Amino acid sequence: MPSNLPTQQGISCEIDQQAKAYAASGAVRHHPPRDYPPYRSSLLRHPRQPLVPVRDPEAAELSGPVFGATDVTESDADLTRGQAGEPLGERITVTGRVLDRAGRPVAGQLVEIWQANACGRYAHRRDRHPAPLDPHFTGTGRCLTDRQGRYCFTTVKPGAYPWHNHTGAWRPSHIHFSLFGTAFTQRLVTQMYFPGDPLLPYDPILQSVTDATARSRLVAAYDHDLSTAGDALGYRWDIVLDGPAATRTEGSRP
Amino acid sequence: MSPLPTPSQTVGPFYGCALPSPDGHRVAPAGHPQAITVHGYVRDGAGSPVPDALLEFWQPAPDGSRGGAPGSLRRDPATGGHAGRDGVTFTGFGRVATDADGHYVLHTLPPGGVPYLSVCVFARGLLHHLFTRAYLTGGQVAEPWLAALPAERRATLLTRPEGAGVHRFDIRLQGEKETVFLAFD
Ligand SMILES: [Fe+3]
Repeated sequence: MPSNLPTQQGISCEIDQQAKAYAASGAVRHHPPRDYPPYRSSLLRHPRQPLVPVRDPEAAELSGPVFGATDVTESDADLTRGQAGEPLGERITVTGRVLDRAGRPVAGQLVEIWQANACGRYAHRRDRHPAPLDPHFTGTGRCLTDRQGRYCFTTVKPGAYPWHNHTGAWRPSHIHFSLFGTAFTQRLVTQMYFPGDPLLPYDPILQSVTDATARSRLVAAYDHDLSTAGDALGYRWDIVLDGPAATRTEGSRP
Repeated sequence: MSPLPTPSQTVGPFYGCALPSPDGHRVAPAGHPQAITVHGYVRDGAGSPVPDALLEFWQPAPDGSRGGAPGSLRRDPATGGHAGRDGVTFTGFGRVATDADGHYVLHTLPPGGVPYLSVCVFARGLLHHLFTRAYLTGGQVAEPWLAALPAERRATLLTRPEGAGVHRFDIRLQGEKETVFLAFD
């Protein structure tokens, strides 16, 4: 395929440079920088001006949207159900807790996921990857966290897929997650990866998290105890939301 | 010891089947006489429209209450599809994806107690979401951090009136007239 795209070797070299620059900076950064050139789509989509700090205890962002039983159906947490047949692929469960940065469980809040099917194809019109669609898999799910902040999904393991960041670019298997805390400031959209995936070091989106320990927090743990409990392989992945929330006592929310 | 935060990752290009809902932008209850419209374009550093941005809006209710309400994303238990908002409840939360022109439209009610809508921007290419605010004040701003911004920067946070109840709010991710984005740590 003739193209002006960089090679994987070139992108890997850039990833390495970014990692070295981060290590030399001596700073600790938990989130990816918005300006991360190895991920080419970030070039024109990050602000150049610094963020403006808002330190206002009355800021509306210290409260946030709430969701309830009406915003989910019970079967939404099982992505293998609801279609005319069983989806293809390796059945998995993914479970964990959602905590705030003080370690408190985030209860009764919405968790949304979306993913490619077992072949690496999204049920989305703009996905041109010529892998087969699965008529029995939409790849979207949602649930509310329980009182301990737990979520649990049953799905199939998503396949890796190619993309156009550079020649030979393949996304590792991943599940997209969207999370709400008790405040709008805690909003998080992220991706969960699978342990031992050989594509992890090549992926500029995962590697945009230049801190190695922070990056490891995006990789789920295989949990054999979860696997033996059912008919699916079990993965455990806890999520910690960043950002402040209003300090309030139970029931004080206006 | 406090746990360490889970890093952000881009929303990517394929959230469309999972996150938007057909009436995510209709925060105002149906036919509400005080309803307002906020709309605009999201553009990148080259001035090109961003057709795969997802905007979320959060605000207090007109009476100033900040508790929100469930029902922004109601599901139909029979089909598993979207049931739509109930037409009565004000949830305070809106979610809308930009169209092929990078355009979005939000119908909502005026926020109570604050002069702004809180905005969270997601997009393919954006590794970590961005917060901003759409001020509905017609230029009157009291907050010290806002008053301290250069006029040209401050202007990016102010909606422009476009006739009765219609407010224009564009978002520029980079470059000329780059929107002021906010940090809440
Ligand atoms: Fe993806």
